[in-house]
Amino acid sequence: MTMWMAVLLACGACFVLKLVGYLVPESWVSGPRISRVTTLLPIALLAGLVVAQTVVGDGGALVIDARLAAVAVALVLLLLRANFIVVVVVAAAVAAGLRALGWG
Amino acid sequence: MSDSTLAPERRRDVLRQSWSVGIATGAYGISFGALAVAAGLNVWQTQALSALMFTGGSQFAFVGIIAAGGLAAAPAAIATAGLLGLRNGLYAIQNALFLGVRGLRRIGAAHLTIDESTAVGIAQEEPAAQRLGFWHTGIAVFIFWNLATLVGALLGNALGDPKTWGLDAAAAGAFCALLWPRLRGGDAIATAVLAAFIACVASPLVPAGVPVILAAAAALIVGLGRHGPKGDPPTSDGHGHLVGEDPLP
Repeated sequence: MTMWMAVLLACGACFVLKLVGYLVPESWVSGPRISRVTTLLPIALLAGLVVAQTVVGDGGALVIDARLAAVAVALVLLLLRANFIVVVVVAAAVAAGLRALGWG
Repeated sequence: MSDSTLAPERRRDVLRQSWSVGIATGAYGISFGALAVAAGLNVWQTQALSALMFTGGSQFAFVGIIAAGGLAAAPAAIATAGLLGLRNGLYAIQNALFLGVRGLRRIGAAHLTIDESTAVGIAQEEPAAQRLGFWHTGIAVFIFWNLATLVGALLGNALGDPKTWGLDAAAAGAFCALLWPRLRGGDAIATAVLAAFIACVASPLVPAGVPVILAAAAALIVGLGRHGPKGDPPTSDGHGHLVGEDPLP
């Protein structure tokens, strides 16, 4: 698979999911179990992505490096209700700073 | 898109809300653009994601998994983007009730169906204002998200080695910020903890990207394993965002 194929397939999948919502009757997806799962699904995926981006190193081994420190700072900022961009920029700055000092 | 029944000042209010949400939300595209080129996509591929996928969480997830696992992780990246985009289909069901779209206009409505257009749409009282808010917010976010993506991609290209600038940690911070507003209630927190545990255990055992898909099982386990109340339909906070949603399109 080339990168372009991956990009276009993913775009197609996301568009079809949007379109399907305009075509199916509401009763198909309004059950309590389905609605609970669809609410929790982004939470599970994002938590998985946080792990993958924070403590997983090359080859899948769990590692502790500058990213974990950056995420710890990001969580403190989120507790303080910081804006999205502030969280992202400070996380990058923490990791870049630690690496400039020779760690992680 | 008929809004002829709206009073001029009401119409102005809806337009002001729509475009201010569009500018504020669209600006986040800078971080997406920079992270996407850091992940190894070129500027055109990055721009294609913002123009054609046009749903922020899925876009971040796609480039995050590509960054971790390269092209070999593409199937997992596609699947994760799709699963995160599932909620847009649920918004579409709500929006279909007031949009009343057919044919080509339905294709356009589907493409613009994101958190913000849904939030501004359902926040209005009259159907004419709902339609006006949905279309203008969707178009405004689309324009500014794509412009900001281009700026971010060009910036990211100029930066060189992404690790020197901490862009890998920026992606981690972005996912934390996307997750944070959703962590309301015991089920949400239980799901996040279980998903993180699954991802930790799976990471050394399976190829990059797959642990994130396996982590999705946490939503099934917690969601199907309890007899709690039904999840609420999306509601607007009145400022152009959905309650419990992240700040991206």
